[in-house]
Amino acid sequence: MSYRQESEKLFVLYQELDTVLANERYAEIDASSVRDQDESRYSLSQWQLMWRKFVRNRSAVVGGAVIALLYLTAIFGDFIAPYTLTTRFSDRIYLAPQSVHFFDSGRFAPFVYGSKTSLNLDTLERVTVTDYTVKHPIRLFAKGAPYKLWGVIESDVHLFGADGAVVNLLGTDQQGRDLFTRIVKGSQISLTIGLVGVVLSLIFGTVLGVTSGFFGGWVDELIQRVIELVRSFPSIPLWMALSAAIPPNWPPLRVYFGVTIILSLIGWTWLARQLRGQVLSLRSQDFILAARLMGASNARIIFRHLVPASIGHVIVVATLSMPGMILAETALSFLGLGLQPPITSWGVLLQEVQNLQSIALYPWVFLPVIFIVVTVLAFNFMGDGLRDAADPYTR
Amino acid sequence: MIPLLFVVSVITFFIIQLPPGDFFDTMQADIAANGGAQDAQVFQVLRVRYGLDQPLYIQYLRWVQGWPEGDFGWSMAWNAPVLPLVMDRLVYTLILGSFALLITVTYSLPVGVYSATHQYSLGDHFTSLFGFLGLSLPGFLMALFWMFLGALVLRIDVGGIMSSQYANAPMSMEKLVDMWNHFWPPALILALASTAQLQRIMRSSMLDVMGQQYITTARAKGLRERTVTNKYGVRVAINPMISVLALEVPKMISQSALVGIVMSLPTLGPLFLRSLQTQDMYLAGTMLLFMSLLLMISNLLADIALVWADPRIVYT
Repeated sequence: MSYRQESEKLFVLYQELDTVLANERYAEIDASSVRDQDESRYSLSQWQLMWRKFVRNRSAVVGGAVIALLYLTAIFGDFIAPYTLTTRFSDRIYLAPQSVHFFDSGRFAPFVYGSKTSLNLDTLERVTVTDYTVKHPIRLFAKGAPYKLWGVIESDVHLFGADGAVVNLLGTDQQGRDLFTRIVKGSQISLTIGLVGVVLSLIFGTVLGVTSGFFGGWVDELIQRVIELVRSFPSIPLWMALSAAIPPNWPPLRVYFGVTIILSLIGWTWLARQLRGQVLSLRSQDFILAARLMGASNARIIFRHLVPASIGHVIVVATLSMPGMILAETALSFLGLGLQPPITSWGVLLQEVQNLQSIALYPWVFLPVIFIVVTVLAFNFMGDGLRDAADPYTR
Repeated sequence: MIPLLFVVSVITFFIIQLPPGDFFDTMQADIAANGGAQDAQVFQVLRVRYGLDQPLYIQYLRWVQGWPEGDFGWSMAWNAPVLPLVMDRLVYTLILGSFALLITVTYSLPVGVYSATHQYSLGDHFTSLFGFLGLSLPGFLMALFWMFLGALVLRIDVGGIMSSQYANAPMSMEKLVDMWNHFWPPALILALASTAQLQRIMRSSMLDVMGQQYITTARAKGLRERTVTNKYGVRVAINPMISVLALEVPKMISQSALVGIVMSLPTLGPLFLRSLQTQDMYLAGTMLLFMSLLLMISNLLADIALVWADPRIVYT
């Protein structure tokens, strides 16, 4: 842009400023009539406006609350899960979910009846046998298997447990492992793999998207071609092929990061496209020109003006790509291509569901699916609310 | 598109041979696991015979060389040429996908128009909620649900392309009905995932269009509301839907692979999964290539459809 053009543009800018100021005067007159109900709106920051709009969307708030609850459960998983992943109850294989009775002869005293499974020798089916003469009281903060919370705090107190007995809220699996424990522990993997994957794609996507939109020219052209190339593969088959390449003898932690990298390998393209569009429209706006005329460097414009201006948008896109990541991990592990036992994720839990026989006889092994669906729904509702809120100036 | 296809084929080949070892390593491990002993020399001879001892670029060139004659390599696991193996499944995938697409469009177009013309009505809220469910429940989970329902509640055989008792039976009316009953659920499952997006786009685009002045003009000159909606509104509002439809096709290809695996359908998915597990590289590579090709063709078709539907777009 030549100097003349810029000064012309600046002149136009001044004119526009004039009209804006004039409009504002009108707005003030206008506003005086509605002052009672809406005055506070004018003194709020952008973030406060967003927050207000978000809170007004009830389904988005509920979604957010569910997500917060799920992540809290994952963080305190060792404490909330009553047992460990390796605890096996050999007399309780395929035990049906135990119902908790809250009142014992009129008094509030939660308990479960004693139960175990036995093998039906005719059908080879595991049958849950409940002994109604034995009652096991349930205690909060019961002592159980020792664990190290976040690898630091040693403890043996769990959120709940049965006194001197075993309680399997959601039943057990074919090896007699507590399903509730497995779902809670699985959430630690499934929920973080989405988060790490999104963060990775955010980094790739932001850097490349902003670069592409801001500099334009051959850089833009190159990045767009790469995105086009990545997107000409269907995502799930590509993920499948890539995760098949993870060597089976890798340690679990490396497999975990391998899978996240594979997931973000495609995830970044969407983010980069969105950000590029955002930057392209922002770049031609007056405040960027003003910053440039004041002698701001490229770096300053990018980090001081462009990135903060599009951060709301980035958060929305990140939230909306979370469910895709979580589902992709689930699908891959379900197929046996992603995470493998002994790592426990929701997808690994689903591997057992592939066996129709086990679903038909022991339907509670299907429960992890409910958790996955609830998580995905919650993310979608919250993302939708955030999308509406990210643009707080439209009503 | 041709250069893109070339780069895609190179990347496909690269990805497919990424796993450590080759088909014969997997085979050798398999045999060893079953207690058999095999001479390593035999495998070396086999490797030479199948050209796996050559450097990668030669293997790649040999693969590409056969394409013009319809030779996409040899499946070592099936001991058969790749193309006929893939073709059947490709056709089934295409039929299933097209049918799903048909369901999606015939459902979401009128529903989108309805929710726009009856904004905030009960029907609008209900269909939006329904769409949201479809959006959040990915195909393979829905397929699992359906299998669960079939096994537990309906007590019917829901997987595969037909019930087992008809597998070797001659063609009959019952068999046809049975096949149809195994065909529409996966098609519906595939369709459901895409309806939400399309229905929302149609709704917002329709709302946008119906607020414009030429619609007011049309109403002002006394046209019936039906004509205004269908001939003036939908005609213009349909364009964004075509672009979104193009975005939904790749998802459908992806999902059809997973749904196929869950419901044991003869789509590309199950064969692809097995070929990845056995490192049957030419089979896996060809399938990944075909799926990418399918995606590129659908994008091209969408571009053409867009130009055809909206004369304002000039293709340069």
